[in-house]
Amino acid sequence: MIPAAFEYYRPTDMAGVIALLQEHGDDARVIAGGHSLIPMMKLRMAEVPHLIDLQAIEGLNGIAITGGTIKIGAMVTQHEIINSAEMEKAAPIMKEAALQIADPQVRYMGTVGGNVANGDPGNDMPGLMQCLNAQFHLVGPNGDRVVDARDFYEAAYMTEREDEEVLIAVSFTAPVGGFAYEKQKRKIGDYATAAAAVQISKEGGKVAAASIAMTNLSDTPIWSKGAGAALVGTACDETAVKAAVTAMLGDIDPTEDNRGPVAFKRHAAGIVLGRAIARAWSRA
Amino acid sequence: MSNKMHVKLNVNGEDHEFLAEPRELLIYALREKLNITGPHVGCETSHCGACTVTMNGKSVKSCTVFVAQANGAEVTTIEGLGNPDALHVLQENFKEHHGLQCGFCTPGMITRAAKLLEENPNPTEADVRFGIAGNICRCTGYQNIVKSILSAASEMNAAKEAAQ
Repeated sequence: MIPAAFEYYRPTDMAGVIALLQEHGDDARVIAGGHSLIPMMKLRMAEVPHLIDLQAIEGLNGIAITGGTIKIGAMVTQHEIINSAEMEKAAPIMKEAALQIADPQVRYMGTVGGNVANGDPGNDMPGLMQCLNAQFHLVGPNGDRVVDARDFYEAAYMTEREDEEVLIAVSFTAPVGGFAYEKQKRKIGDYATAAAAVQISKEGGKVAAASIAMTNLSDTPIWSKGAGAALVGTACDETAVKAAVTAMLGDIDPTEDNRGPVAFKRHAAGIVLGRAIARAWSRA
Repeated sequence: MSNKMHVKLNVNGEDHEFLAEPRELLIYALREKLNITGPHVGCETSHCGACTVTMNGKSVKSCTVFVAQANGAEVTTIEGLGNPDALHVLQENFKEHHGLQCGFCTPGMITRAAKLLEENPNPTEADVRFGIAGNICRCTGYQNIVKSILSAASEMNAAKEAAQ
């Protein structure tokens, strides 16, 4: 499979990237690890006459954990997330989720920034970012801005990011309590049939706070406020979990595809959420 | 649009320089420009891992890297690990434990396993299975591949101890 020809650029600073994006508009795209974009280009489902590689830009790498805030550079790979002892301590759900993305080779290349910016409903990090109430840091011709992850996704591959902007980092407050990222997939390397990200904190044997988000069950990731609320104040018993699942099912809108019909996806969504809540609660 | 660019690659310790279109995939540059045909084209869709090479210390599927991205990189292929006169420990063990049948996936499998053992010299069976999950073998059922990798790990560790 041979993609359409393109001009390749490897600028060494963000100003260079922005200038290229301004010059070429829709005809230009940035590439990080490329493991979503390159397959699309090879299939000729994406045509990118001007390809801007971010690999030589300084300041897009690295994980900074300061004062309870975690900031992850856009070019940090899933492999780096998995192998960061600091990250595992501060936000263990990141590792649990990253380990379920694709396969080892893809995780060496796949980046957090690419995963969240691409807007593919099948990507796992966007759902996780909903759960963690993360913020996305964008830079563009008019300077920097920050967008809440929960406001970022508009539709499949459509996000709040403007064409001339680049997502340079994500940040979030270190989560407290128990966590789980549960993913049902047909095989290693597949996107989720259904996946759930759950954080639960516990106080006096009761749920003090809960955040629940779902992956690949709508054309955007879904943060189910109602599902989290259904758990708060309960002992996370069967009734409460059922209420959370019911609330979640009211928020998702899966479509039929090669991973199954809608009824199956809703069934799988309920199962993965039930498992994720149980595991998060056991760790809370 | 289809302008060629100068590409520099260090493959298995040797510097190469050639002209290529940016869109050329690393696997084709290796096989067709440099005649390094150890890495295979299997699925060409990032799934099977037959094209696995090590690039700048990462196991990558060279069908999913543009040669332009690889410009300036250090690449190791199966040819850089061992040769028929001096097999790599992993190659010895794949031979010993019948870790292959048709052999098509083997270069990718061994290149990946070498990186895995470099990062985790004492893997459990589960670690090995998880670590080679990006490499598909359609003949063996993986039992002997896993056996080969675990056995290579023990041998490499024993050699390390003996050297100390």
